[in-house]
Amino acid sequence: MAYSNKVIDHFQNPRNVGTLDKASKSVGTGLVGAPECGDVMRLQIEVDDATGVIRDAKFKTFGCGSAIASSSLATEWLKGKSVDDALKIDNMDIVEELALPPVKIHCSVLAEDAIKAAITDYKKKNGVEVADEATVA
Amino acid sequence: MGVRKIYLDNNATTPCDPRVVETMVPYFFEHHGNAASRNHPFGWEAEEAVDYAREQIAKLINADEKEIIFTSGATESDNLAIKGVYEMYSRKGNHIITVKTEHKAVLDTCNKLEKHGAEITYLDVQADGLINLAELETAIKPNTIMVAVMWANNETGVIQPMKEIGQICEKHGVLFFSDATQAVGKIKTHPRDVGVHLMAFSAHKMYGPKGVGALYVSRKNPRVKVTAQLDGGGHERGMRSGTLNVPGIVGFGKAAEIAMQEMDQDAARLSALRDKLEQAFLHEMEEVYVNGNVAHRMPHVANISFKHVEGEGLMMTFNQEIALSSGSACTSASLEPSYVLVALGLGDDLAHSSLRFSLGRFTKEEDVNYAIEAIKKGVNHMRDISPIWEMYKEGVDLTKIEWAAH
Ligand SMILES: Cc1ncc(COP(=O)(O)O)c(C=O)c1O
Ligand code: FES
Repeated sequence: MAYSNKVIDHFQNPRNVGTLDKASKSVGTGLVGAPECGDVMRLQIEVDDATGVIRDAKFKTFGCGSAIASSSLATEWLKGKSVDDALKIDNMDIVEELALPPVKIHCSVLAEDAIKAAITDYKKKNGVEVADEATVA
Repeated sequence: MGVRKIYLDNNATTPCDPRVVETMVPYFFEHHGNAASRNHPFGWEAEEAVDYAREQIAKLINADEKEIIFTSGATESDNLAIKGVYEMYSRKGNHIITVKTEHKAVLDTCNKLEKHGAEITYLDVQADGLINLAELETAIKPNTIMVAVMWANNETGVIQPMKEIGQICEKHGVLFFSDATQAVGKIKTHPRDVGVHLMAFSAHKMYGPKGVGALYVSRKNPRVKVTAQLDGGGHERGMRSGTLNVPGIVGFGKAAEIAMQEMDQDAARLSALRDKLEQAFLHEMEEVYVNGNVAHRMPHVANISFKHVEGEGLMMTFNQEIALSSGSACTSASLEPSYVLVALGLGDDLAHSSLRFSLGRFTKEEDVNYAIEAIKKGVNHMRDISPIWEMYKEGVDLTKIEWAAH
């Protein structure tokens, strides 16, 4: 199976690879997946406490090319979004943008889970109530 | 200058040797006859060519020409051997012993028979991929008709103790079938020497064409028979109907002849290259593991796990230039990691991180040198973006993390 050009681009030039200080109150960290399943994604957001806007986003991913591209794309989309808007990112948006084939849809699900987990972590740290089902990590 | 293309996936299929191609060409047009046409020169020529190929192949495995049945490949040979013996010997028993690391062509055939009343024992392997001989012997029962153990494994290259298995089968009077697809033409595979009664192999794994294979069936001491699985014109002494693939068989024969002459030198050259590749990773990188027994292994194969890196992603760093395989789930339609590596007891995480290198007759030293550098670079890059590599480097015990299973 051949990869789409967008997957290849994100894979070859991943955006926003790295690590934010997970102890910082303005950073939310989402760690999803498991090594046994062949995919682990860590996505972090740094939120401007005053405006609620995501200032920075970083990821590291253990997984296939589509998982890496999905997380790279997610960090691009997150930057500049409000936390509430970020929650609206749907895995199917990622599937569409990257033209992922059906067998790779779960890689995009993982990215959506990672976004939600990072936001949940941020909210928890800052004393905001979170609905239980969003707690993915 | 085009992109460099390095093929290190010879266990999937080998290139057809140009000398083989050359011998095949006349049999498509000039000598296009049907080997079963008894009444004109076109048929005679074809039959003669097939007979000659049969001789070349028989010589390679030190068998009699009459013991070679041509098929469409190892998958068909596996099916014919297992189903054919099961049907032919049904009065003697219904129990077959095989191994969890066999090729799907063997395992799925056994699964199918299980649904039709067969009793199948799937032996475990040890951590090095070898079967436990004592376990094999205790698994044999009065209703056991056959033991099916592959000569060499396609993923790890591990070679089973054929002679010892043959002795156990002989002692208990059961048939011994071996899928030797990965071994024939690359190492010495003489079925009679080790007590193998049926042996499957395929031309496209030994520098011959795709779509042609053979089943060796012992004709004396013991005389083994299989029930045909294809009904028709009764070709191949009634065991496999269907017009023979004459050009394919001619190529298969030539491939066998070349293998016989060049096997030893190929093996010596390739094992040196394989060792160089393996040592480069083991010595210059951390957390690299070789899978399977390294003392009982095909000379051209290495199966290596690069921990904390996922195989498909890793391959994407170099797959425009280097072709190889991974045991990672992400490369398989089922999203399960390699069942062969899992049977060796590898954690799923190591199975996901594995690459299979299989060198071949046309692999050059510079290809291996290039691959070493490209793969080291790829692994380092993937580790830089791997969260679990970061945790490992920070001393986090990954087994203590509560991962969200999904
Ligand atoms: C061990 C083994 N058995 C059987 C097969 C199937 O061979 P063929 O492609 O000739 O059907 C293969 C090749 O994939 C193999 O490696
Ligand atoms: S991470 Fe396994 S298929 Fe994408």
